[in-house]
Amino acid sequence: MRPFTFAQATTVNEAVAGGDAGSAYLAGGTTLVDLMKLEVLAPGRVVDINRLPLRGVQLDRSGLRIGALERMATVATDRRVVGEYPAVAQALLASASPQIRTMASIGGNLLQRTRCGYFRDTATPCNRREPGSGCPAIEGENRTHAVLGTSDQCVATHPSDLAVALVAFDAHIEVTGRDGSRSVPLADLYRLPGATPQVETELRPGELITGVTLPRVAAARRSAYLKVRDRRSYEFALASAAVGVHLRGGVIEQVRVAVGGVATRPWRLPAVERALIGRPLREDVVTAAAAHASDGARPLAHNRFKVALIRRTVVRALLSLGE
Amino acid sequence: MPAAAARADQVGENLVDVVMVVNEKTERLRIDPRVTLLDALRERLELTGTKKGCDHGQCGACTVHVDGKPALSCLTLAAAATGRRVTTVEGLARGERLHPVQQAFIDCDAFQCGFCTPGQIMSAVALVADGGATSDDAIRERMSGNICRCGAYPHIVDAVKAANGRRAG
Repeated sequence: MRPFTFAQATTVNEAVAGGDAGSAYLAGGTTLVDLMKLEVLAPGRVVDINRLPLRGVQLDRSGLRIGALERMATVATDRRVVGEYPAVAQALLASASPQIRTMASIGGNLLQRTRCGYFRDTATPCNRREPGSGCPAIEGENRTHAVLGTSDQCVATHPSDLAVALVAFDAHIEVTGRDGSRSVPLADLYRLPGATPQVETELRPGELITGVTLPRVAAARRSAYLKVRDRRSYEFALASAAVGVHLRGGVIEQVRVAVGGVATRPWRLPAVERALIGRPLREDVVTAAAAHASDGARPLAHNRFKVALIRRTVVRALLSLGE
Repeated sequence: MPAAAARADQVGENLVDVVMVVNEKTERLRIDPRVTLLDALRERLELTGTKKGCDHGQCGACTVHVDGKPALSCLTLAAAATGRRVTTVEGLARGERLHPVQQAFIDCDAFQCGFCTPGQIMSAVALVADGGATSDDAIRERMSGNICRCGAYPHIVDAVKAANGRRAG
């Protein structure tokens, strides 16, 4: 680890006043401390934000609000989340390990960095870590990498399960910076890698996520998160799907589908959603609609299996809602 | 707090003062903020029961309780643990009387080399305490953050069940 100064903030204003491109906010630390040990990150200043009043889960007529410093484990078992947004609770429970879920914050989860082995290894090039140095994953080990949203600069997968479920149900994040506060659709937070993979989000230097809001969505109540992985627990997704439906008169009136583990950012599937509207939740209908799940996929040498796996994961997740 | 009262690092930069309660004893440290809770416990406070495995939050050998909840001490900066209550495997027994989970690990032969065992026990204690050991699958999920290279997993599940049964009974 490189040397840094350490400060603890007690108010949001105090935290953001000291925040700039050379400093990092410390919440659970499960990403930051790990990447600082690897010297992938080397902030000159670490601001501990755990004492900020950014806790609490509230449910009202407009929807759900989660404080950014609530821990994954707390939100995963919150009665209101489990009841109204089961896909969100399931995504959290399918994430990481019990210790990490106990430590890691909701805001930090959304800003976790890719698990691409080349990004994590400073002995190798990586355009995301060191712009212009190259991407060894494109010709190298790429079984776990993305097939959607990739560029010739970066094919790294976005690792968050939670973000997939939140994007499916139109979540926003509240952020505060030196210039004030704003609300951003979570889907717009993440940038495609394109020619600048080192710029991962639309956050400005020093901006802090203070909360996450989810609107009331009829399809959220009947929702699920399915994660396909190499082990039954404590493993990142090869493919995952967050899905929700609202049925009326035997047909799908509202539907939400997003996938993870296969794309460079949480990946909503509007073409699949359109193909399901007005139709019954039946295997033939779902299978036909899910054919669109891999539209535009660009597989690499070792991850071709993901093209079929995305479709099958979406089918299985949607059919689980009919049970 | 006078500096002399703290266990101070001779070397280091940007030193910070840390006060935390470890196994019910107040500890004061003056340390480089790069020091993890794991290294503070092992190297400063000589509590070597907590093990360093991967040092990257992947193996669970370093699991302790922070404010009663299982946490990875290798990914916790000691500076950020100031004001917190930390329990390590050394803090479980009451004198010569082992914690029921420690006794269950012995009774069920739930370890071979023993390196991962302190972390396994800390996760198991939290699991039994919060009533989450409702099925074999639930136990496996809740213990999944603790890797055992000897493969003692079946006996670890048995030990958690045994400790859970004693708690219920």
